[in-house]
Amino acid sequence: MPKGKDTALISWKEVPFGCYILEPGNSVQFKTGDWRSFRPVLDKEKCVKCGQCYIMCPDMTYTQDEEGYYIVDLTYCKGCGICASVCPKGAITMVVEEV
Amino acid sequence: MIEVRLHGRGGQGAVTSAELIAVAAINQGKYAQAFPSFGPERRGAPVQAFVRVSEHPIRTREKIYFPDVVLVLDPSLPSIVKVTSGLKEDGWVILNSHKSEKELREMLGWQGKMAVVDATKIALEELGLPITNTTMLGAFLAATGLVDQGYLEEALEERFGRLAEKNKKALARAIKEIKIYQ
Amino acid sequence: MGKRIAKEVSIAIAEAVKQCRVDVIAAYPITPQTHIVEHLSELVANGELDAEYITVESEHSAISACLGSVATGARTFTSTSSQGLALMHEILFIAPALRLPVVMVVANRALSAPISIWNDHGDIMAERDIGWIQTFAENGQEAVDLVYHAFRVAEDRRVMFPAIVNIDGFTLSHMIEPIELPDQEQVDRYLPPFRPRYKLDPRKPLTMGPVGIPEIYTEAKKAQDEAFKNAYRVILKAWDEFEEVFGRRYRPVETYRMEDAEVALLIMGSLAETAMTAVDRMREAGKKVGLVRLRLWRPFPLRDFVKAVKGLKVLAVIDRALSPGATGGPVGTEVRSALYQVPGRPRVVNFIAGLGGRDVTVEDFEEMADRAYVYMKKKPKEPYEMIGVKE
Repeated sequence: MPKGKDTALISWKEVPFGCYILEPGNSVQFKTGDWRSFRPVLDKEKCVKCGQCYIMCPDMTYTQDEEGYYIVDLTYCKGCGICASVCPKGAITMVVEEV
Repeated sequence: MIEVRLHGRGGQGAVTSAELIAVAAINQGKYAQAFPSFGPERRGAPVQAFVRVSEHPIRTREKIYFPDVVLVLDPSLPSIVKVTSGLKEDGWVILNSHKSEKELREMLGWQGKMAVVDATKIALEELGLPITNTTMLGAFLAATGLVDQGYLEEALEERFGRLAEKNKKALARAIKEIKIYQ
Repeated sequence: MGKRIAKEVSIAIAEAVKQCRVDVIAAYPITPQTHIVEHLSELVANGELDAEYITVESEHSAISACLGSVATGARTFTSTSSQGLALMHEILFIAPALRLPVVMVVANRALSAPISIWNDHGDIMAERDIGWIQTFAENGQEAVDLVYHAFRVAEDRRVMFPAIVNIDGFTLSHMIEPIELPDQEQVDRYLPPFRPRYKLDPRKPLTMGPVGIPEIYTEAKKAQDEAFKNAYRVILKAWDEFEEVFGRRYRPVETYRMEDAEVALLIMGSLAETAMTAVDRMREAGKKVGLVRLRLWRPFPLRDFVKAVKGLKVLAVIDRALSPGATGGPVGTEVRSALYQVPGRPRVVNFIAGLGGRDVTVEDFEEMADRAYVYMKKKPKEPYEMIGVKE
């Protein structure tokens, strides 16, 4: 798609060949974190850095920081709660998102 | 254009015979079509195959309803299938049989041109098998002269490889032993 | 220059596919297509054709494998018939939308039920709207020639659409007849290597087939349709170039004895040859009858078609497929619609004939032309009639 243009405004002449997505890894442009109603909060005291949250997150929002903890990126986190549910130590709590 | 209908039993090589006539005709520079009676095939069941040969490009895809020549590979067929059905009045019926002219004419109710050879006997002696298609090609050649023997033998060689020699011998014997009743 | 061979049409088609230097074949055998893919698998197994032959468990898998293969930039071929084509149905739409130029020969056969392995156009007419280029062959020579043309057009970077070559099952697929097989050098001159606009390549990732939300689906379809219509020019040009290389000329609409014709028969596929014989006979009897043959079915050659039937009083369209409860056979309704806006258009009468392997003879064509003459003065009661039905 033409960069930066609202999909709703694209002319048929601008549709890419075969409706392909020609740019790899463009899902980062799609901010999935803005309809979240719960937010995961990590208790580092309980965390054993096992990485279950990192593995199970459907949106790949967790990345490891320098100390080895897995930290969520709220730009993409949809608040599904899978991380909290799989955490073997109960280190992740889902809290209501303040609007 | 000459139209030929071949009668055989599934597995006897009627379709192959049709193919060999067409291949010979085409390699000779003529135009031809060869096709089976389309459908499921069962060993032993009566089958038909068809050939058209012409000096000009052939522009029809109809089945053959009124053949000029009928070639019957199996001696038992004339008593169960009306092999002369649709055959043109001045057409040829070419049979594999050891029966006399009188017996055959009575069985077929056919007074026109007829050629007969005991192809089963020849095939058994030359090939060791009662597969009569190549022997009957000899009868076809002798009666109609529609294609050149050399081209037909070439087609046989291409198709049968090292088995071609035996088949050529059977074909040649049929040419020699055929009985023609005009 | 070429070689005149006496081969079954299916075998000749396989040889032509080999000459096109295909990289991948994925197919599942079904009567009457079998001999084509059987011979191709032999060529691959014998090392005579350097290609990958993917054996699959169904036609659905065959066409799916083909799409994946062609997406990577490999020249790809498949072939099927009838139920096999029907089983491919959902995947068939994806190929043109993703601009994947696979080439397929369909040996046309009736659809069940009742079970029929014999020839009619029911299978391909059910796939009318899939968005593939579709041509029909009248004889073995055309079948072979249209295969070269199909690859040439489909893979052209201005086109990039899949193509089907239709051949009548048995009547063509199982026919032994003379065919001129060109030299490899001629085919190489006509058909350049496949260089797609985009391909699946891990060094340069891209996504084929993402979701099309309502805001973009219509635009994507419009873009596909425009590109498909534009393919028409390339199709014609590729036939011009075909004539230069091979010496045989093809057009999207071909006519026979149409000079001063007042009645014409219209048919697609191998029966057109029988129809020509009928036209010759009727001309000898002083009837002004001609013949129109649609070689290109999709994209429909609208303008050339309208030009071809100009001046006719009655056009008798012969369909080899039934569209139950419709206003005609698939070709009949198409043609009526094509002519509706044309001033002074001929009356279109529609016959359904040759279903499930029923022979259509010279006499049948004469009868249809005779009925067309009757309908010149009197409107037919029904929008279409079936020919040769036993009462």
